[in-house]
Amino acid sequence: MSAVIRAENLTRRFGNFTAVDDVSFEVQPGEVVGYLGPNGSGKTTTIRMLLGLLRPSAGHAEVLGYDVVRDPERLRRQCGYMSQKFALYDELTVRENLAFYAGVYGANQPRRLGEVLEWVGLVGREGQRAAALSSGWRQRLALAIALVHRPRLLFLDEPTTGVDPAARRASWDLIYALAGDGVTVLVTTHYMDEAEYCGRVGIMRGGRLLAMDAPSALKTQTLPGRAWDVFAAPLLHSLAVLEHAPGVVRAGLSGDHLRAITAPGHDGETLRSALHAAGVTVQSVEVVEPSLEDVFLTLAG
Amino acid sequence: MITASHLSRAFGKVRAVDDVSLRVEAGEIYGLVGPDGAGKTTFIRLLCNALRADAGEATIAGFSAARQPELARAQIGYLSQRFSLYEELTVLENLRFFAEVRGLPAREWRPRCMDILKFVGLDAFSGRRARELSGGMKQKLGLAAALVHRPRIILLDEPTTGVDPLTRQDFWQLIIRLVSEEGVAVLVSTPYMDEASRCARIGFLHRGKLLTEGAPSQLRAMLQGRVVELAGQPLRELRRVAGQDAGIENVQMFGDRLHLRVMPGKADEVIARLAQQTAGAAFQVSRLRAVPPQLEDVFIALSGDADGALKIPGGIDRPDTGAHP
Repeated sequence: MSAVIRAENLTRRFGNFTAVDDVSFEVQPGEVVGYLGPNGSGKTTTIRMLLGLLRPSAGHAEVLGYDVVRDPERLRRQCGYMSQKFALYDELTVRENLAFYAGVYGANQPRRLGEVLEWVGLVGREGQRAAALSSGWRQRLALAIALVHRPRLLFLDEPTTGVDPAARRASWDLIYALAGDGVTVLVTTHYMDEAEYCGRVGIMRGGRLLAMDAPSALKTQTLPGRAWDVFAAPLLHSLAVLEHAPGVVRAGLSGDHLRAITAPGHDGETLRSALHAAGVTVQSVEVVEPSLEDVFLTLAG
Repeated sequence: MITASHLSRAFGKVRAVDDVSLRVEAGEIYGLVGPDGAGKTTFIRLLCNALRADAGEATIAGFSAARQPELARAQIGYLSQRFSLYEELTVLENLRFFAEVRGLPAREWRPRCMDILKFVGLDAFSGRRARELSGGMKQKLGLAAALVHRPRIILLDEPTTGVDPLTRQDFWQLIIRLVSEEGVAVLVSTPYMDEASRCARIGFLHRGKLLTEGAPSQLRAMLQGRVVELAGQPLRELRRVAGQDAGIENVQMFGDRLHLRVMPGKADEVIARLAQQTAGAAFQVSRLRAVPPQLEDVFIALSGDADGALKIPGGIDRPDTGAHP
């Protein structure tokens, strides 16, 4: 099967500023791929180019077999898009909102509306006005709208921001079910918790795609060395010591202890001896499995 | 520094906060987690005396939230996800406003504001209008406003929702510095387990009740030996196989792996059985092993998703801890 997204050396400049810098990647049908990066790292600009809303300055992209510059309308008809800032009509009911957008896409069939409402768990709330929905339900309605015209590719912009793990899991079960039917999903997020749900995760910083791989692979293969939990007192002094110690790639505060990433060839002894030399009392230094956040902060921080 | 004893508040028939008792010490970060609607925001508003309790009492640095509200409130810095700034005022003017509301003498506000702007890293932007700030800078200004009167207690209600990960990291480093250097007590609510794991202690709120609390390591220990990771292809088929195993209580799918919650003492048995069932050519299993439980696993188990109840450990005396009524 051919790739759903094929981006080759995709670049976008605004004046002297390069928002997206030579980005290449492929996404296969039915994949769920996450895009993680700080504001201004180029995530949204990349997506706007993939949707044919913005012309690349250099490079090129094919989405669902269409060239994004030559065939943007046809490709957009087969894409769904959901964002935090999605405009719902507050005065319209759940069903009216859905019917309105379905009509825009030429997909206003009662059976389809009912099916989508059932998927997102909005059955029984069809008659509620959008204004009366909690933010979690608004997100579900926005997702229903993104799905109603049977898109083959879904762009989800922070689909579960501010949602607790149990509710997040319900949304993701639906996303997995869609992916199981061959729908391809691209998710942008600010949260490691959410990125963990993606099959592959791309990390962006300063317009560049720094890495793209499965979360487990990012944790085991992307960090230069190992991750450590360091319990030592006083905490802030210990942090200052480790931040400048040779062999330490990154050190940060983590609640009541420090998290440190060491360079290759260094281990807990490197950390202990640096702290001892500075007169710090070390309670314990333990190797830990790195988190996605360790990877992100080491690459993008 | 913060105590709540048997704090309760109902809205009509809904017990939003139901007999909650907890303490947060000076120099401690306490994380309040729980599903939407569990009562986290209501609890924080009771501590601020923005809402009155139906029963029970809260004290803030020794002052009663209900009977000495002015004295208690003077000790509190409060930041929620919907803090308001004056968009047309500059950074410094905004901060001056909050300093005056908080009763800082005219002599003191300027040096204090400059100190606090330096602390949050906005000192170079003191003349910029609030509406010209990025989201991350607005949030830092919100924090500066909450800190301007040197509160000894900081209440944060989902402070980083929608904030990008580098800004969140900066934000947390500031909070941890305040706790370490000045011994403030922090209570923070969050839907994110990566944030909760930074807290010294976590309380899990469900339908208004505090079901359990403890250090992140203690909460993770509740599922010690009961989480098995299964990764491989095809993942959806593996999920189906795992779902049929009688020793598995719950299957949680992540992007490239499954977390299986097994019955107590059944991990080895389940691993052996799954290894056998997935030995054929139809499967490629890359990892099948017991893994350290994550807070997310514990949260899902505590939320009482199905029949996979967690035994609530002792320590909190609560007869009716049923997670799924």
